Amino acid sequence: MVRMTTTGTPLVKRGLADMLKGGVIMDVVTPEQARIAEDAGAVAVMALERVPADIRSQGGVARMSDPDLIEAIIKTVSIPVMAKARIGHFVEAQVLQELKVDYIDESEVLSPADYVNHIDKHGFTVPFVCGATNLGEALRRITEGAAMIRSKGEAGTGDVSEATKHIRTIRKQIAELQALYRAEPETLYVAAKELQAPYELVREVAERGELPVVLFVAGGVATPADAAMMMQLGADGVFVGSGIFKSGDPAARAAAIVKATAQFNDAAAITAASRGLGEAMVGINVADVPAPHRLAERGW
Amino acid sequence: MSRPARGKVWEPSSLGGLPDSGPRVGVVALQGGVREHAELLIGLGARPVYLRTPDDLVGPDGLRVDALVLPGGESSTIDRLLRIFELGEPLKAAICAGLPTLGTCAGLVLLARDVLDPAPGQGSLGILDVSVRRNAFGPQVDSAEELLETTLGPTRVAFIRAPRIETVGADVDVLARRGDAMVAVRQGPVLGTSFHPELTGEPTFHRWLLNQIT
Repeated sequence: MVRMTTTGTPLVKRGLADMLKGGVIMDVVTPEQARIAEDAGAVAVMALERVPADIRSQGGVARMSDPDLIEAIIKTVSIPVMAKARIGHFVEAQVLQELKVDYIDESEVLSPADYVNHIDKHGFTVPFVCGATNLGEALRRITEGAAMIRSKGEAGTGDVSEATKHIRTIRKQIAELQALYRAEPETLYVAAKELQAPYELVREVAERGELPVVLFVAGGVATPADAAMMMQLGADGVFVGSGIFKSGDPAARAAAIVKATAQFNDAAAITAASRGLGEAMVGINVADVPAPHRLAERGW
Repeated sequence: MSRPARGKVWEPSSLGGLPDSGPRVGVVALQGGVREHAELLIGLGARPVYLRTPDDLVGPDGLRVDALVLPGGESSTIDRLLRIFELGEPLKAAICAGLPTLGTCAGLVLLARDVLDPAPGQGSLGILDVSVRRNAFGPQVDSAEELLETTLGPTRVAFIRAPRIETVGADVDVLARRGDAMVAVRQGPVLGTSFHPELTGEPTFHRWLLNQIT
């Protein structure tokens, strides 16, 4: 029998994100942290040299992580391993594909490499997740080939308010588009112009009432209640960055966030998961972060 | 009071077209590709029911569902959540008592007697007399869509970081192979696949499941 096999199709790329739904993806900087994340029930880990809170406090140019570190983390865990490339840095993405990471995050947490273009993601076999603060940005990333979207939030702060703003904005814009399409379908052309996204994709979203890819939330999630709130606001899952390994008891907090994400609609379960976790990450209020240092504003 | 779920994945009623009658199929909904199974089942005239707690599965009058789906996702995560939320043992009891069951990808791993390369502390329900190896076809860059011959006919399916079946017991029928690897098996009214028919909308295996309901 002839085997007709196709790798790297949109279905295959989006399919892995579908399998992560309802789960928690955790930032880790060592193989030991990756093991703790897997033991706690993470659906994937994001391999990094520095968590966003440290990138924020230490400053400097933040780049793709050392291949040796990424490889060590891939060898340590059996769950999918993601890694970050700088916005527009298609060669970092080539390296990450060569390392056989399972997903690339083209991330505003790192310093952008191109202030005009994002990576053309269609040419890669490995799938990409990209950040977005609003629907137009999400649709532009999908047009470039992103197979998964995460709202950006404000990484490394432990302040969930920006994550709330971004998921609410995206959901609201989708609902408005859907209503517009039902009432006045001929106005969708202008809606596409305003969203700066292709008409066909805008119409698909208007018809379905949702993105054609999985939508996670990221940036500032630090507690089980934060994670459950993002799920109740319509996220398919959550990324937790600095919130776990900058807290007092990472293993307990990681497991608790996994539980609260799975049972996000059950207040008793969230309450039980919230007990006895020790110190949450101290964090900084987004309002106190001067505009030039806000990571969510990177990407266009 | 908790508010109704608004997450697009998380209640069958949000999918539209939910039939008023038809068999009730429990879909374990702790993590993973739950909604794709629910959509396929609705398309076949069945009513998906999401299972998160033992009460969702078993009521005062016995089982609340006529068949069961264990979806894809991360097997280590789902295994952990099944234990935390005490759903694993009631599921095992129901399947052992003859509840028709379909497990895809992580669902197959959860059904297996042996997981040859578990994550630390990972277990399984131990229902299908098979041993499986997780992520046996390589990382995500090797994930693929495929036309696959099965004993149920030709199917279009997706392998996503898929497991393979390494050994099978005497009572297990092999339904499909990929190269030299076994990728779909059946034992009585329980069927497990390495791949995802639900991502491609391939109805063959769900139709088989519904045909097992007596």
